Amino acid sequence: MHPIVKTILQRLLLGLFTLFLVSLIIFSSIEMLPGDFGEAVLGQAATEETVAAFRRELGLDQPAWQRYLGWVGGVIQGDFGTSFSGRAASGVDRSRAVVDLIGPRLSNTLFLASMTALIAVPLSLFLGISAALYRNSVYDRVVNAATLTTIATPEFFVAYILILFFATLYPWFPSLANVDGNMALGEKLYKTALPALTLTLVITAHMMRMTRAAIINLLASPYIEMARLKGVSSSRIILKHALPNAWAPITTVIAFNLAYLVVGVVVVEVVFVYPGVGQLMVDAVRTRDIPVVQACALFFAFTYILLNLIADVIGIITNPRILHPR
Amino acid sequence: MSEEEQTYSASGEVGQVRQRRTRVQRSIIELKKAPPTALFGMVVVLIYAFVAIFAPLVAPYGEAEIFAQPYAPWGGEHRFGTDQIGRDIYSRLIYGARNTIGIALMTTFLSFAIGGSLGLIAAINQSWLDQFLSRFVDVLMAIPSLIFALMLLSIFGSSTWGLILIIAVLDSTRVFRLTRAVSLGVVVMEYVEAAHLRGEKIGWVMRKEILPNIMPPLVAEFGLRFSFVFLAIAALSFLGVGIQPPTADWGSMVRDNASLIQFAQYDFKGAITPLLPAGAIALLTVAVNFVVDWFLHKTSGLRDEH
Repeated sequence: MHPIVKTILQRLLLGLFTLFLVSLIIFSSIEMLPGDFGEAVLGQAATEETVAAFRRELGLDQPAWQRYLGWVGGVIQGDFGTSFSGRAASGVDRSRAVVDLIGPRLSNTLFLASMTALIAVPLSLFLGISAALYRNSVYDRVVNAATLTTIATPEFFVAYILILFFATLYPWFPSLANVDGNMALGEKLYKTALPALTLTLVITAHMMRMTRAAIINLLASPYIEMARLKGVSSSRIILKHALPNAWAPITTVIAFNLAYLVVGVVVVEVVFVYPGVGQLMVDAVRTRDIPVVQACALFFAFTYILLNLIADVIGIITNPRILHPR
Repeated sequence: MSEEEQTYSASGEVGQVRQRRTRVQRSIIELKKAPPTALFGMVVVLIYAFVAIFAPLVAPYGEAEIFAQPYAPWGGEHRFGTDQIGRDIYSRLIYGARNTIGIALMTTFLSFAIGGSLGLIAAINQSWLDQFLSRFVDVLMAIPSLIFALMLLSIFGSSTWGLILIIAVLDSTRVFRLTRAVSLGVVVMEYVEAAHLRGEKIGWVMRKEILPNIMPPLVAEFGLRFSFVFLAIAALSFLGVGIQPPTADWGSMVRDNASLIQFAQYDFKGAITPLLPAGAIALLTVAVNFVVDWFLHKTSGLRDEH
């Protein structure tokens, strides 16, 4: 087998295994619930029968491994169970399926994340590479100080400053990003402008610094110096010598930050009341609606693992040393 | 560490009693060489520490004291006005320093205690225990920590101790990795082996032989982890699942007063009230980062960029 295929397969298997363990952890969260939460969910006035029915619905009368298999089986088929909220002590069940809650929000979150990525990735690559090439110049120092400050700032601070200036003092953009599925793309873009801008600022700072560090690291390696000493033109050094080896670190940086973006979305969604998965998760945590929390956690963890996996695979594929095995 | 170059002259060394500088003198010399950003950072950190420690003396009112007028404007009796149920914002900011920083510090210490000791044990053991711990940490780190923290909080509920414990455990994974990585280079040294052969106990070797040698990167990491933990707790409190009222805390203060921003055109001062706690968080993390940057740069070439 070609070594690349072998390495990629290994990496994929490792990713699957991680996913399995992560699903175990997320599943076991319901095991760790203290005491009997049947009464906690249904309220004090719940009759014994309704509590018993609720426990049976959750499968608490079965051993844990059976419930795990049932849960995973359901998740694979797109069934995440039903939400805890909307249940009453009288046994009236107005709860909704978790899928119905998450489904429409999923596309909103992905829309916001991809909009941010489209702006942030090219911008930060440009800033990072140019700062690395002109390092220690005034430009480099300014960009560096600005990004260091942005990194150390909580997302909600950036968000509220943007709201203060662009939504209330100069009402150019709406501060509530209440998008829904029926909106035209233009209006959607307009409404998500501020959340996307907030995320872009935060992500760009991280990504730019990491790109800069990776490129500087690369330019310091002996073969680049050798090329420079033997008189290769600088554009040729960048394109022929540096770039082939730079793909791996750059994709790692991008994927790492997209993964970070997935998490950063949570806070920003809450600030702008953006109807996404992050906000749903925070609400569910507050009301301790475990099935919804589990589904959201699974979504975030899955995206996170997937992005890291993609980065690793691209890193393997573009690594010249594996491409040309001896 | 102590790298004051003293020009060597044989007769000088014979003829003169060598005077070592005291610790205080050495630190003064180091401080004089520190860049302005680091000095700025240190001053800010000191001010925060002062305010946090002497909060009851500095604050005009109590942390949860409620006054008649909610959303009072700036000035007058209440320097920064009052919040939605009439608590003095200035006092809450000051108490918030104590609560938020205190909780973050405690969490960071706990996370270093857990991660550091496990990391050292893993580095010394280097067999099945090391493998087990390392793989376990890998899995924990495969879930974004904010998401993980949210999930755990939904299970155990939001109490301050629960919050400290959850964040500390999640954060200790990074401490574990760093401790293990830096001590791997130390445990193979001859003097560690000699200590083992002398028959010293593991705990003694860890404390007396290895720990002093991995201190500088750990101290720098402490600063970085502190700002991460600080931001994480602020974010969770902002989301309403962290530190619970009536404890004054900067994250939840932002959340409580956020709606004031809408009135910026009419009352600009009132509108930036929610930005005060947020700015306080930002300023402290920036300051800590500056100090850490300088410290890292000084103690090692660990970080090339600056």
